[in-house]
Amino acid sequence: MIDMVFQLIAFFMVLLNFNEADVNEEISLPLSVLARPPDGPIEKPITLHLRNDGGVMIGAESVPTVAGIKPYLRFETDQLTIENKRPRDATVIIRADRAVPTGKVQELIKVCQEAGFEKFALRAKEEIRGH
Amino acid sequence: MKIRSKSNDKVELLMTPMIDIVFQLLVFFIMSFKIVAQEGDFNVKMPLGFSGPGQPDLSAPVPLKVRLVAGPDGSIANIMFNDQSFGTEFEALRNRVISFLTPDRTPGSGSDNTEIELDCDYDLHYEEVIKAITAVSGYVKDNNEIERLVERIKFSPPRPPRGG
Repeated sequence: MIDMVFQLIAFFMVLLNFNEADVNEEISLPLSVLARPPDGPIEKPITLHLRNDGGVMIGAESVPTVAGIKPYLRFETDQLTIENKRPRDATVIIRADRAVPTGKVQELIKVCQEAGFEKFALRAKEEIRGH
Repeated sequence: MKIRSKSNDKVELLMTPMIDIVFQLLVFFIMSFKIVAQEGDFNVKMPLGFSGPGQPDLSAPVPLKVRLVAGPDGSIANIMFNDQSFGTEFEALRNRVISFLTPDRTPGSGSDNTEIELDCDYDLHYEEVIKAITAVSGYVKDNNEIERLVERIKFSPPRPPRGG
């Protein structure tokens, strides 16, 4: 019995998702059958959560408008400069709610472009075929 | 006087506390276990210069234009590919992209130079854009492998909000 219990513990430990820092329950991501996890780690990821009400979250901080994110992006570019990197080396991961207007997403991309970021990753949730 | 030799002492393993702890661990992992769907990314490379001033890159291919028109409720009302309308069928858009790419294209090679520019209404729901990106990026074959179509995707300059 102890053996079985240890096996169960090992099973749940392995399957436990430790990436919850990147997951925001308020965001309902759009679905796509092509959304597969990336092969390797993303270089210098900066995750932005765009909520349905137009508010943006970066890390634990929340701002009510897209424009309000500028100081935080400046902080990120400063951090990259300290590490001898440029904003174009970083990837901005956009986790936008499925019902958010596309114009808001484009505004967010524009604000990031003005801060020097070039690479964007639009995040979607994997859609299982047949559902 | 009776001297007890140590070697004869039987060390008894106390199982009860260990089982208690083990069950607590088990309960913790079961409670925190959650089936989370995998997430993936669509990569978009958009330097600021592409819509701004500067010398245009004449060697770059002209991007294929996909226009997404929003209905009053933000859902898709019309899809246009190079001014050809497809109604609201993303499947038809995918078939058009497949037929547009040269027939002798080998997987993952011929589409490298093709670029698609998405021109979306401001109020269009973001999930419709992801559907369009999915339609032009590829499809899942019967053996569950992904056949890639166009991987270079960018957005047109944003349109103003309706009535604004």
